[in-house]
Amino acid sequence: MDTPARLSDEGEGAPRTILDVRGLKTYFYTDDGVVKAVDGVDFSVREGEVFGLVGESGCGKSVTALSILRLVDSPGETVDGTVTFDGESLLELPEDDMNKLRGSRMSIIFQQPISSLNPVFSVGDQVAEVLQLHEGLGKDEAWIKAVDLLDQVGFPDAESRANAFPHEMSGGQAQRVMIAIALALKPSLLIADEPTTALDVTIQAQILDLLRDLSRRWKTAVILITHDLGVIAEMVDRVAVMYAGRIVELSNVRELFKTPKHPYTVGLMESIPVLGQVKDRLNVIPGSVPNLINLPPGCRFAPRCRPRVENGLEICIQVEPDLEPLAAGHLASCWLYQDHDEV
Amino acid sequence: MSDQSNAKRPLVEVKNLVKHFPVRGGLFQRVQTWIKAVDDVSFNVMEGETLGLVGESGCGKTTVGRTMLRLIEPTSGQVLFDGVDIFELDHNELKDRRRHMQIIFQDPYSSLDPRMTIGDAVSEGLKIHKVGNREQRHEMTLDILRKVGLEDYHTKRYPHEFSGGQRQRIGIARALALWPKFVVADEPVSALDVSIQSQVLNILKDLQEDLGLTYLFIAHNMSVVEHISDRVAVMYLGKIVELAPRNKLFSKPLHPYTQALMSAIPIPDPNAKRERVILKGDVPSPLNPPSGCRFHPRCPVVRMGHCDIEEPPLRELESGHFAACHYAEDYV
Repeated sequence: MDTPARLSDEGEGAPRTILDVRGLKTYFYTDDGVVKAVDGVDFSVREGEVFGLVGESGCGKSVTALSILRLVDSPGETVDGTVTFDGESLLELPEDDMNKLRGSRMSIIFQQPISSLNPVFSVGDQVAEVLQLHEGLGKDEAWIKAVDLLDQVGFPDAESRANAFPHEMSGGQAQRVMIAIALALKPSLLIADEPTTALDVTIQAQILDLLRDLSRRWKTAVILITHDLGVIAEMVDRVAVMYAGRIVELSNVRELFKTPKHPYTVGLMESIPVLGQVKDRLNVIPGSVPNLINLPPGCRFAPRCRPRVENGLEICIQVEPDLEPLAAGHLASCWLYQDHDEV
Repeated sequence: MSDQSNAKRPLVEVKNLVKHFPVRGGLFQRVQTWIKAVDDVSFNVMEGETLGLVGESGCGKTTVGRTMLRLIEPTSGQVLFDGVDIFELDHNELKDRRRHMQIIFQDPYSSLDPRMTIGDAVSEGLKIHKVGNREQRHEMTLDILRKVGLEDYHTKRYPHEFSGGQRQRIGIARALALWPKFVVADEPVSALDVSIQSQVLNILKDLQEDLGLTYLFIAHNMSVVEHISDRVAVMYLGKIVELAPRNKLFSKPLHPYTQALMSAIPIPDPNAKRERVILKGDVPSPLNPPSGCRFHPRCPVVRMGHCDIEEPPLRELESGHFAACHYAEDYV
C-alpha cells in the first residue's frame, strides 16, 4: 500500500491526505467488448481542499467517483488499484462497513437532484432519515436537526419547506436538499458529480457559492466533477484533467490555467469561447475521442495531437506515457516533456 | 462583422408576438389557466446578421423561435418575413415560404429519423420542394454534406453510426440543403462536448459567410452567444429585457438581470477578480408572472412602490441599445 508521504503530487508541508487513489482501473464488460472507462488513475485529495476532475463525456470522471464509493454496477467492475480513505483500504472493506461509511464519512451528490430524491417522502423526512439511520437520533430530534440543516443550505422558511415534497421543488432547491442530506453527518469528503450542470446559470452561481461556503465552514474536502473549465477555475484548489480513462495533467488550478502543458488541456482551453474575449474563430481539437473498447496504442490523445506531428514524435503512437512531475505539484503524461529514447 | 450599417434591411420583423399556452385540468379538461410563454415581444432580424436570443430555461426563447417559423401558432402578433405576414399565409403559401426558413434543433439524437439514411434525410427537403431531378438532388446533398465536413460515403449510413458532433452537422446540412435565407438555430451546441462545440460553431460561421445566411441563434450560454452574435436579445419570463449590439451588451449591460446573468458565468481564469451579483430565489413561474417589472422580486436594485407596480417598456437608451428597466439611465 502506498503511504501518503510517497505521493509524487504532494507538495512540501501540505495538509494531510484524506483520499489516495492509485492505479484505479474500472472496466465494463459489454457485448461489444471491454470498455476501459477508467484505466489507471492516480491522484490524492487533501483534507479540506476542493479537488477538480474535469473532462468531456466518457473520459471516466464519473466512473472514477463511483469506483471510489464502490457504486459501480454490473457489467462494470473495478479490476485493479487501491483506494485509501483516511487510512482504510476501501476496495477491501466488507460491504457492511462500506455501507456505514457511505453517507456518513463520504457522500455524493449527482447532476439530477430531483431523481435522486424519493418522491413520496417530504424533503424534511429524507434529511431526518439520514440522521436517524447513522446517528441514532429519535424522530423528533432528527426532524429538528433536519430543519436546521435545511436552513443552513439556504431555505429561508426551512420550517415549512421541510414538509414539501420533491415535485414541489425547483432544480436548484432539490440540489440544496441533496447537499443537506450529503452533509448532514459532516463527512470528511463530498463527491459532487456535475452538481450544477442541469441548473440555470444564476442558480448554478447560488449552488456553487453554497458548496464553497459549507466546505470551508465544515472543513469538508470536495471532489468536484465537471466538464466546465469556468467552474473549475472558480471553485477548485487543484485539478486533474482526464481524457479517455486516464489523467493527462494534474496541477494546482492557477498553474494549470497559467501554463497548461498537455496538448489536450491546451486544446480544450483554446476551444471554448470566453466571455469578454471575442475572437473570430475558435481553435478546434481535430477528430473525436477514441473508442474505449479499441484504444490506440501509445498515448490516447496522439491521433488528435498537433504538437506530436509538429515535433515528429514517433514514441507517442507506440508507448503510453506515465503521469510524471514537470514541476513541484504539476504533473503531465506527455512525451513532449519526458525523456525517452526515440524508437 | 459587428458593423451595423444602415443599409441593412430587416429580413424578419417580429411585432407584438404573444403566445399563451393553455393549462388544462379537472374533470372536463377545461382550460384552467395560461402559461404566458411569450408576452408581447417585438424585434427585427437584419439580413445577414446573427441575432442571439439568450435567457434561462422557461424564459420563452424557444417558443419565440418556433413561432417565428410558424411551427407553433401564435396567440396574437405578427411575424413579417420579407414583408409578408407568415400567419396570414395558407397551407401552400406557407410551404413555399418554409423553403427559406429552416431550423436546427438542440438534440442531434432525437431530431434524425433512425430508419432514414443520412443521404435521404438531407435530401428530403429538396424532394418535398421539388428541387431539380434525382441526379441533381444527389449532387446538392453531397455538396452540403462536404460543406459541414462529412464524406460522400456517409450518405449511405444511418444516424446511429454517428457521434453527437457528426449528427449535429447532419442536422445543419439538413436545414441548409435548401439554401434558406433564415435559420433558427435552437441551442445547436449545448448538447455537445466542448471540443466538439467549437467545431460546430466554426461550421455555422463559415456557412453563414458562404451562403449569406441570417441566423436567430437561441442559447442559454452567454459565452457562446457572445462569440457568434452580431446583436443580442436577452429574455426573462416571456419578455425581452435588453437588446443591443454584441459589444455594447457585453461591455455595458444596462438591465440588472443581464448584469447578474453575466456575473454568474464562471470564467475559466482563476485570477479573474469579479464582482459577483448572486441573485436570490428561482425564476418565477410564467403561469403567474410577478406584477410590474417581472424581474422585480429578484432584482438587487429594486425600488418598491415603482418597479412592482409599473411594467417598464423596452426603451432605446443609446443608439441601438434597448433596455426594459425604469432605472436603466443609472448605468448609461
